[in-house]
Amino acid sequence: MIDSREQSALRTFLDVAKANMRNYSMFLVLALIMIGFAVLTNGVNLHPRNFTYIFIQNSYILILAVGMVLVIIVGNIDLSVGSLTAFTGAMAAIFFNRMGLGFAATVALTLFVGLLVGVYQGYFIAFVKIPAFIVTLAGMMLFRGLTYIVTRVTPITPRTDIFKNTASGTLDVLYIMRMAPNNRGVMVEQAFHLLPLILGALIVVLMVVFGMRDRRNKIKNDFHVLPVGYFIAKQVFMAAILMYLSYKFALYRGLPNVFIILGITVVIFTFITNNTVFGRYIYAVGGNARSAKLSGINSERVIFFVHVIMGMLCGLSGIVFTGYMNSALPDAGKDFELEAIAACFIGGASTTGGVGTIIGAMMGGLVMGVINNGMSLMSIGANWQYVVKASVLLLAVWYDIYTRKKSGLG
Amino acid sequence: MNDQYILEVKNLTKDFPGVRALDDVNFSVRRGEIHCLCGENGAGKSTLMNVISGVHPYGSYEGQVFFHGKEAHYKSVKDSEKDNLAIIHQELALSPYLSIYENIFLGHIKPKFGVINWSELIVASKQYLDKVGLHEDPDTVVSKMGVGKQQLVEIARALSKKVELLILDEPTSSLNDAESEKLLQLILELKKEGITCIMISHKLNEVLEIADSITVLRDGKTIKSFDTNAAKVSEAELIQHMVGRDMTHRFPEKKHQISDEVILEVEDWTVFHPEYPDLAVVKGASFRLRKGEILAFCGPMGAGRTELMMSLFGRSYGSRCSGTVKIDGKEHIFHTPKNAISAGLGYVSEDRKGLGLILIQDVKTNISNSSLDKLSVYGVVNKHEEIMAAEKYRKSLGIKTPSIDQMVKNLSGGNQQKVVLSRCLLAGPSIFIVDEPTRGIDVGAKYEIYCILNDLVASGKSVIMISSEMPEAIGMADRIYVMNEGRIKGEISREEASQEKIMTMALQKTQEK
Ligand SMILES: Nc1ncnc2c1ncn2[C@@H]1O[C@H](COP(=O)(O)OP(=O)(O)OP(=O)(O)O)[C@@H](O)[C@H]1O
Ligand SMILES: [Mg+2]
Repeated sequence: MIDSREQSALRTFLDVAKANMRNYSMFLVLALIMIGFAVLTNGVNLHPRNFTYIFIQNSYILILAVGMVLVIIVGNIDLSVGSLTAFTGAMAAIFFNRMGLGFAATVALTLFVGLLVGVYQGYFIAFVKIPAFIVTLAGMMLFRGLTYIVTRVTPITPRTDIFKNTASGTLDVLYIMRMAPNNRGVMVEQAFHLLPLILGALIVVLMVVFGMRDRRNKIKNDFHVLPVGYFIAKQVFMAAILMYLSYKFALYRGLPNVFIILGITVVIFTFITNNTVFGRYIYAVGGNARSAKLSGINSERVIFFVHVIMGMLCGLSGIVFTGYMNSALPDAGKDFELEAIAACFIGGASTTGGVGTIIGAMMGGLVMGVINNGMSLMSIGANWQYVVKASVLLLAVWYDIYTRKKSGLG
Repeated sequence: MNDQYILEVKNLTKDFPGVRALDDVNFSVRRGEIHCLCGENGAGKSTLMNVISGVHPYGSYEGQVFFHGKEAHYKSVKDSEKDNLAIIHQELALSPYLSIYENIFLGHIKPKFGVINWSELIVASKQYLDKVGLHEDPDTVVSKMGVGKQQLVEIARALSKKVELLILDEPTSSLNDAESEKLLQLILELKKEGITCIMISHKLNEVLEIADSITVLRDGKTIKSFDTNAAKVSEAELIQHMVGRDMTHRFPEKKHQISDEVILEVEDWTVFHPEYPDLAVVKGASFRLRKGEILAFCGPMGAGRTELMMSLFGRSYGSRCSGTVKIDGKEHIFHTPKNAISAGLGYVSEDRKGLGLILIQDVKTNISNSSLDKLSVYGVVNKHEEIMAAEKYRKSLGIKTPSIDQMVKNLSGGNQQKVVLSRCLLAGPSIFIVDEPTRGIDVGAKYEIYCILNDLVASGKSVIMISSEMPEAIGMADRIYVMNEGRIKGEISREEASQEKIMTMALQKTQEK
């Protein structure tokens, strides 16, 4: 009697673990890839400095992936984001240099340009009902052309370093100096940044407190909750990741500015997708457009706003990329759309819409970023990086389909 | 092995994550008989058939399946088809953009030198269509037809293959009485030709009419097998085994307080086909709905009932429509379902898979989707309230699911129907339009739904019910409108209502106005 009870408890635990495996498999895959490269590069890729650079180098793609995953959930695709990043990046440089606007005004105006482009594309997709593929394919060509026109096919370097510092700099406050070995093993005086650690710890505490409160509430109301072991494992896992990340940032130059920008973007849009009516509508429209419509959801408006958001995030990405290159390049943003789309699919989004998460897309983007970075450290050229990334994309989606079938979701 | 049996299932157990769908099931079907399978929603009927036909592959279950005395190791439906076993699923599986005849022959076309002779197939398809009694041009694209007609295409498709054992999962759930009768005759015909048939149905009168044997499943276990040729079985006896208790009434007592206040008035409503803008699907329909009243719309398949209601509901159907809609005496023009919902209308579609549910979302989200405005503050969803609402309907309608986080696609058909109903109930419309609300629902749950409809009208709401089951319409409605060929043929009060009356009215020649 007791035996079978225990058995069934174990069974449900395994069932839960299996059903939730997809949500965490991306973290594991990312960890495995990092460990793999750590072995191949003698740990150079895990060095705090490199760690920081991975985020700086990928931030603009990750920002695009945030918007792209919304577009994909709603069942569309956006091919124009690469060109649009170039265009908004160029416009930012023009506002700043030729028009002599201040940085804040430049940022605001650039985001507004992105938003306007989103309005234009969203209008044709949502209300005129031209397939997103076509509208954004046209956009891809249009904005590349416009970028060439406004830049006169020559790079524009911002007149001050503020772009560069924003994109490549870190929040260099609140640190202590101490002696530590550098990468050659020589003891030198180095900064140890407290801010990332404090922020990381704060987030962990908040996460645990809110997680427990929510759980207690649910239990009180007799709602369904995951087994307690599973809950603890999940919290520990998330806390470990956050603290590891904070620690790495603490050892180098503190929190990268773009990490903060990206972090805020991710938090906002995760909140929107998980907790707001608008977010629910995005999933509903992507899951079954006709049913959504009959449920009284204004699906045109939802699709429209998703493309507006995408446009604005392109504006943000454009500013960051111009800063990262310290120059608005006419040919900026080549293949960004493909990287962003791949990030979403590696991160578990479904090609048929209705499925996907912001966090998943971030993980997908980081998987590619870590591979790029690791292969560069091993001095393997871009040619092979493409080959590897292609394989990763295929494998990831294949694995996704496989686990979905296994957990009875396919 | 006893070769009297074409199919034997021994000690079958099938688990899904968190659910034991089948628990040590034993089940045998004699050669040449019609074997019916009964049980509540989620009892495991469809799962059992899916195991038999290889939808759930060999190895994913415990126990044995013997076909013709040989243990079957089907890895997919293709394997079972090779053994001349055909299954028609509860949820139709036609290719929506292909024509009738293409669907009939899809997957087993025999090309000559790699070329398909389509015109030959059109001719060949005619014989199967005649057999199932579907009088449509074989060229018609299936998505343009109602669910009922698509069902007939499915059967024609099964017949066009060589079949020894035919499994029909709730074949009559979307047919009206006359059409169901035709289908049952068809099954009896097939029996004469030596085809063994397993049929799942919630319509017990049909079951008793044609079955040679009946097996009752409950909670994944075989409860009892009856041999109807040996001893007569009564409906009450069946129900008692299905639900585990006695059920004396099929319809709840009604004591409707109908006020004289007309809440909805539709005048001269005409709707045109979405693809052929000159073809009128509904012609000059006028009707009134009073507060606290249950109206039923009866009529044969294709009468225009669904089209009428969907076009009223924010023009969700049709290319254009004309006429006036008054709610509480005020004229309204709805451009979208959203407008209609804000004016107090609610619509539950008959096509739960295509128009009702979001299959890849969980039960909770499907229930709350229409009511998020109510469940949120400044656009932020109150998840706690959302769970409470979903739990409330899970309990009150008895939705059988391991939790409200279960994906809707993993629910049994009847439980999916309950989810669609819950969504509309939660939205709280004052005019509740339900299209085949009890399609695929077991007797016990039907009674619950009838009670809910009665409660709604008791609280001053009004209900319009489209029903193809005449006893249901007669048992529930205060007034019945009979439709056929796009016109409202007439109106029958609750006192005068009878099946014959409805039938004759439907077939009446229209008096030209
Ligand atoms: N793929 C699946 N994953 C998880 N659970 C499932 C899956 N398929 C079926 N179930 C569960 O198995 C049980 C039996 O389902 P089944 O579809 O066989 O019921 P049924 O007797 O056909 O009911 P109905 O009359 O409503 O069609 C249900 O509780 C259902 O939720
Ligand atoms: Mg079923």
